[in-house]
Amino acid sequence: MNGVLYIGGRLGKALLMVVAVLVLSFLLIHLAPGDPALLLAGEAGVDDVQFIEQLRQTMGLDKPLLQQLLIYLGNIAHLDLGYSYRNQTPVWSLIAERLPATLALMGSAFVLSSVLGVTLGVLAARARQKRHWLDGLISHGALLLYAMPSFWLAMLLILLFSVSLDWLPAFGMETVGRDFSLLDRLQHLLLPCLSLSVMFLALYIHLTRAAVLDALAQEYVRTAHAKGLHPRRILWVHVLRNALLPVVTFAGLQLGQLASVALLVEVVYSWPGIGRLMYDSLAQRDYGVLMGGFLVISMLVVGFNVLTDVLCRVLDPRIGAGGQG
Amino acid sequence: MRPFSFRRALTSVALCTALLAGQALAQPQDGGVLNLVAQPEPPSLMHGVVSHVSTQYVSGKVLQGLLTFDTDLNPKPVLAKAWTISPDGLTYTFDLQDGVHWHDGPALTADDVVFSFQTFYPEVDKRLGGIITEYVDSITAKGPLQVVFHLKKPFAPLLSALGSGLRPVVPKHLYEHTDFRNNPYNLKPVGTGPFVFVEWKRGAYIKLAKNPNYWKKGLPHLDSIIFHVIPDGSSRAAAFERNDVQVLRSGDADYADLKRLSALPNVQSSEKGWELYAGLAFLQINTRKPPLNNPKVRQAILYALNRQFIVDNIFFGSGKVAQGEFVSTTPYHDPQLPQYTYDVKKAKALIAESGVDVGAVRIRLLNGEKGGAWERLAEYTKQALQPLGFKVQVVTSDAATWFQRVSDWDFDLTYNFIFQIGDPYLTSAYLFRSDYILKTSPFANVSGYNSPEADALWSKIADTPEGPERKQLFSQLENVLNTDLPIAPIFEMRYPTLFHTQVKNLLQTATSLNEDYESVYLEAPAP
Repeated sequence: MNGVLYIGGRLGKALLMVVAVLVLSFLLIHLAPGDPALLLAGEAGVDDVQFIEQLRQTMGLDKPLLQQLLIYLGNIAHLDLGYSYRNQTPVWSLIAERLPATLALMGSAFVLSSVLGVTLGVLAARARQKRHWLDGLISHGALLLYAMPSFWLAMLLILLFSVSLDWLPAFGMETVGRDFSLLDRLQHLLLPCLSLSVMFLALYIHLTRAAVLDALAQEYVRTAHAKGLHPRRILWVHVLRNALLPVVTFAGLQLGQLASVALLVEVVYSWPGIGRLMYDSLAQRDYGVLMGGFLVISMLVVGFNVLTDVLCRVLDPRIGAGGQG
Repeated sequence: MRPFSFRRALTSVALCTALLAGQALAQPQDGGVLNLVAQPEPPSLMHGVVSHVSTQYVSGKVLQGLLTFDTDLNPKPVLAKAWTISPDGLTYTFDLQDGVHWHDGPALTADDVVFSFQTFYPEVDKRLGGIITEYVDSITAKGPLQVVFHLKKPFAPLLSALGSGLRPVVPKHLYEHTDFRNNPYNLKPVGTGPFVFVEWKRGAYIKLAKNPNYWKKGLPHLDSIIFHVIPDGSSRAAAFERNDVQVLRSGDADYADLKRLSALPNVQSSEKGWELYAGLAFLQINTRKPPLNNPKVRQAILYALNRQFIVDNIFFGSGKVAQGEFVSTTPYHDPQLPQYTYDVKKAKALIAESGVDVGAVRIRLLNGEKGGAWERLAEYTKQALQPLGFKVQVVTSDAATWFQRVSDWDFDLTYNFIFQIGDPYLTSAYLFRSDYILKTSPFANVSGYNSPEADALWSKIADTPEGPERKQLFSQLENVLNTDLPIAPIFEMRYPTLFHTQVKNLLQTATSLNEDYESVYLEAPAP
């Protein structure tokens, strides 16, 4: 029962957080200069003052800002994300079209960076204990990866693997005109996923290494050794479980950052994800799509944080006990 | 008689074979996929509604206009197979091609043309609408394949206004009684062109396929055209290098990358095929703001800018120093127009003559997000105007902010460019006419230029038929504008197109890249 209350409380806070993000984003983008009606009319080559005014009315931009905000929140409550006048399409369908690409990119990069990062971090910590050169290799390698900007690395990977070696495609998510093939999708995903994950991989390595080293110095580890447990079991079961707490917390925080770096990777690889949709919408002041993008990204980040909170509680049942959160 | 020589016979056979093979290669080959870049991704796929070049590039293959223009700007038939103009210039009769069908089945008739120019364009295109209201008395169908425009008074640029890929004929059966701007067919266009729309996966690609029932038998040659959305310039260059895309338009690659890419094997570069667009880059001056309200100060600014340096070092040769307000490759420019040759001394003398303290107020040079070269141009301008005593501040903003600020006249100086598109009356005029001092677009008269003399000349030009008198009026007008300088012409834009040599027949008309590609083919197309 305690656990249910804990998760309920977390979800309630998460909902409040999403609303706060929406309100803040709404105010911020409406305060920025740039008139969507003027831009839309300009693209159509229209010089008609009346038409622009009519467009503002249709978009609801002639109303006071607060009223616009309340209308928007009301629509969201009815699961209506609005309409993109620039794309002549409901916002939800635009986002639904792009969401799978973003989830595939972010999901694969997250799995790759966290699983590989934790593994290498543990290996580095163990090597450190044994004063083995592997620790230096992994730690310095991670530092090198961390120092490389993602968009730069992305460009280099394209030049090497696509232009020079011709092993992998240079852009897009699929070979256009070819029937669906998992291999083709994976080939397209490989470079964007690598570019997006390296920075986070480096962070996971360092975080895990430090946490494992810290845990290895705890008394329960000595006790476990004294009890005659196999060192591998001690490391991968007892030590890692305790060392994972800061790593899982970081994973929750990382998702927001991952979304912002994904934008750069999406641009370089022409990956048709939400980040690029939002970027284009910002340039066009397509408020509806931009807000829809904020909503989805904030829900993903907040939802993932709730998940990591729950996971932390599983790893360490003391967390959240007695109504603490 | 010469004795038989085995060697001579062999040589003759080899020669004949080579000749035949050469002929076979010169024959257009059917099949293959042409991969192009859609940059930026078009907002709509109906260029009758959205006149954005990115839209024209895609939908120009699907929808067609009455006529187009060759590289010397002479009209050429498309959907109109012939036309006549009455001697008084008041009646234009267009005969339409026979056997043309819309992609969804119905035949193209004169009613479609009448609907397009009588109902559709006056609503979606206020500039053309204004011209039609002022000059056109009636548009009528004479039978299924003839359309007659009766004019109230002569209007010389009518063919330019009706023709070109800018204003395609619209399918009446799909647009009549609908909200034209939000018609669903703007996103899945139905036309008469050689390619039919197949799919638009936003953010990824747009696919067109061969129209099997195209009205010109045996055409088009290509099986399909795919426009890839590739937002990053370096990635576009990499895709071109790999031959994943076969054509890069001007602007698709960074100016700094052009030299390297054009030197690749099997790559050709050409500046042909943009003759109708005739782009002019200029410094827009807000003539309301002191000290810029003084014509001498504006002239001094133009003298102080080394425009050859700008072309050579900032735009890497993709241009030619502007010689006036009208582009020099078009017949509307006066070759005798006095030139503002780079001369800092003269610029300083003009400032002294004006008696204005140009350093008294800070000048804001609003820099929009048009790409690296334009940012460098803004920085160069700041440096070039400093010796004259100007205090210039470069204010950089994103494209949307730039658009709003310039439209709202909230700038002192800014760089902009327009496509002259044939007759300047249809395009450039809006930068100068006082009835276009509007807060609607950066392409209106945002300089606030108000000259009754220039206004009167614009009106006369519209009413005067093509000929020496009209040319003389254009010359007079260009001289007035060149003295008043509400805009300072910087350079005529050149548009190098890079393409792999396997792409044939690409640059054939004055709007080549936005044409319908009916005769474009790939040499040795991939299966």
